[in-house]
Amino acid sequence: MTYIIKKLFQIIPVLFIISFVVFIFVNVSGDPVVLMLPEDASNEEIKAMQESLGLDKPVIVQYGLFLSNVMKGQFGQSFVYKQEALPIVLERLPATFELMIAAIIISILISIPLGVLSAIKRNTFIDLFISGTSVLGKAMPNFWLGLMLMLVFSVYLQILPVSSRGSLLHLVLPAITTGTAMAAELTRMLRSQMLDVLHQDYMRTARSKGLSHFSVVYKHGLRNSLLPVITLIALNISTLVGGALVTEVVFAWPGIGQLVISAVHARDMAVVQACIFVIAIFVIGANFLADILYRVVDPRIKYR
Amino acid sequence: MKESEVLLEVKNLKTHFNTINGVVPSVEDVSFYINKGEKVAIVGESGSGKSVTSLSIMRLLSETGKIIDGSIHFCGRNLIELSEKDMRKIRGNEIAMVFQEPLSSLNPVMTVGKQIMESILLHQKTRKQNAKQQVIDLLNKVGIPRPEKVFSSYPHLLSGGMRQRVMIAMALSCQPKLIIADEPTTALDVTIQAQILSILKELSEQEEVAILLITHDLGVVAEVADRVIVMYAGQVVEQAEIFSIFDYPKHPYTKALLNSTPKLDFSQTELLSIEGTVPSPMEIPTGCRFYDRCDFSSEICKQSPELKEITDGHQVRCWLVEEAIDNRI
Ligand SMILES: Nc1ncnc2c1ncn2[C@@H]1O[C@H](COP(=O)(O)OP(=O)(O)OP(=O)(O)O)[C@@H](O)[C@H]1O
Ligand code: SF4
Ligand SMILES: [Mg+2]
Repeated sequence: MTYIIKKLFQIIPVLFIISFVVFIFVNVSGDPVVLMLPEDASNEEIKAMQESLGLDKPVIVQYGLFLSNVMKGQFGQSFVYKQEALPIVLERLPATFELMIAAIIISILISIPLGVLSAIKRNTFIDLFISGTSVLGKAMPNFWLGLMLMLVFSVYLQILPVSSRGSLLHLVLPAITTGTAMAAELTRMLRSQMLDVLHQDYMRTARSKGLSHFSVVYKHGLRNSLLPVITLIALNISTLVGGALVTEVVFAWPGIGQLVISAVHARDMAVVQACIFVIAIFVIGANFLADILYRVVDPRIKYR
Repeated sequence: MKESEVLLEVKNLKTHFNTINGVVPSVEDVSFYINKGEKVAIVGESGSGKSVTSLSIMRLLSETGKIIDGSIHFCGRNLIELSEKDMRKIRGNEIAMVFQEPLSSLNPVMTVGKQIMESILLHQKTRKQNAKQQVIDLLNKVGIPRPEKVFSSYPHLLSGGMRQRVMIAMALSCQPKLIIADEPTTALDVTIQAQILSILKELSEQEEVAILLITHDLGVVAEVADRVIVMYAGQVVEQAEIFSIFDYPKHPYTKALLNSTPKLDFSQTELLSIEGTVPSPMEIPTGCRFYDRCDFSSEICKQSPELKEITDGHQVRCWLVEEAIDNRI
């Protein structure tokens, strides 16, 4: 428990750094007032905006103001939606969340049997095939894979919906698209991990008890191979977010990815800022969760 | 020896490994038997094929290992001919193993209790609650204090001696007829070694379990075994009752081994070691395998000696002994 609290405290400086980066980013990307107001804004409007944002004050004070606003969850008004930016972003969060969880589940479901099989049948045709496929899966760009899947399953076979969110069926293609790269990575990781574990003494002990090959591999082997897998998922959360953003655009999935792209196009900086913040917290949260999970799976790691 | 008493009989066992460097003949023509409830030790230097022999009995060799020839009869059934499924019913249930390195031999991410319970649930039709009680009784039996606590501990939290006790509890869990212990005390402190050996010995007598103890330590042999099998370079070179081996060793190798072991009364000031090393399985001499290191070798030793019975229950593989018998006749 103390460990968890300690970990939570470590997040605070990270948040500071993120806020600083976002602040710099907004300040160098042009006059925020011009960016935040529609192009036909009058001089009076600009002046009023500058004052309300405190832009007539020194930079350090501006940063302080920015920080206090952020802490209150105020990223400014979105001129596209004519309302506070944060609620707009939070509204999109569940969709992105859903997509990512589905992608993680799919990648785990694909990679566990493939990775284990690949290790057990090492250097056979099956192993070569799985390894080759995973290289392909990793190399494939998300948008291309998404378009191809859409073409085959939605347009040609017409068994899955083309785009947008709705039923579970709508989720299938976007989740596969997002999860494929991670599945490939996990498969490779599991294979090498499993190869190592298969030769451990405790595997022989398990066999000496009379367990079947299947039980030995899945009950004793897999759990020992899972550790790096969890780390890998955590490390890949940011990549996964990146992938999800692209996928959302391809499938018109109403998540943060789609929002951030349209906000960038519309130069709706308040929304962009809020999106970056929410995504950052999302990634930090995922890493935090992985850290906890790591300890659950491996009893040798003590809470320090 | 009555025929009905024999529990395990290994005959002409030959186990080879296929490696990238060619075939490694690790075990060549090994024969021995173990009676019900008997404690038999296999001794020999490193690389003499002791572990390979025991893994052959369990049919737990790595994929490259293969039993080429011979038979392994256990309770009248030839284990070599059993299907993998039938073999699984024997492993852990009728023949259990205790390995050398208790830490690496226990699954690090599974509690001790679960690991022992696993065998019980696998081989016996019993409910989880019963099995748990059985495990706690077992832990008690092997002298583990506070068994309830140890039940839910992970192996890394226990000391080496405790871990080996856990391994013994695991081996005993299904009341096997035979426990194969492959150097069960080598990885432990000297003081702990004695404790573990006495537990093993006591429990095997109490539960009437036969023990095949593998070791290269004759001190351990003296403590536990009823009978001794001496192995050298993949062959049995001598086999006899414990007293015959210690008092009337016949094979030059056995004699050398005894000389290299410190006497318990510390009368020996200098520890002799046997000169030379065990020939690797790839470059074994054609005749007697001990030829290069033997002080008594002669011309005839360039041919392979057979394992011959010289007195009741005492077998030796050496020309010297054979000639001695011949001369007597
Ligand atoms: N998996 C394997 N592949 C190739 N050779 C092997 C394999 N396992 C054992 N051997 C060889 O078989 C021979 C006998 O090995 P074994 O492990 O039975 O010796 P040991 O008597 O148990 O020695 P130790 O006292 O060191 O445990 C050794 O020369 C070893 O190199
Ligand atoms: S057969 Fe010859 S070489 Fe071999 S142990 Fe006997 S005396 Fe020595
Ligand atoms: Mg060994």
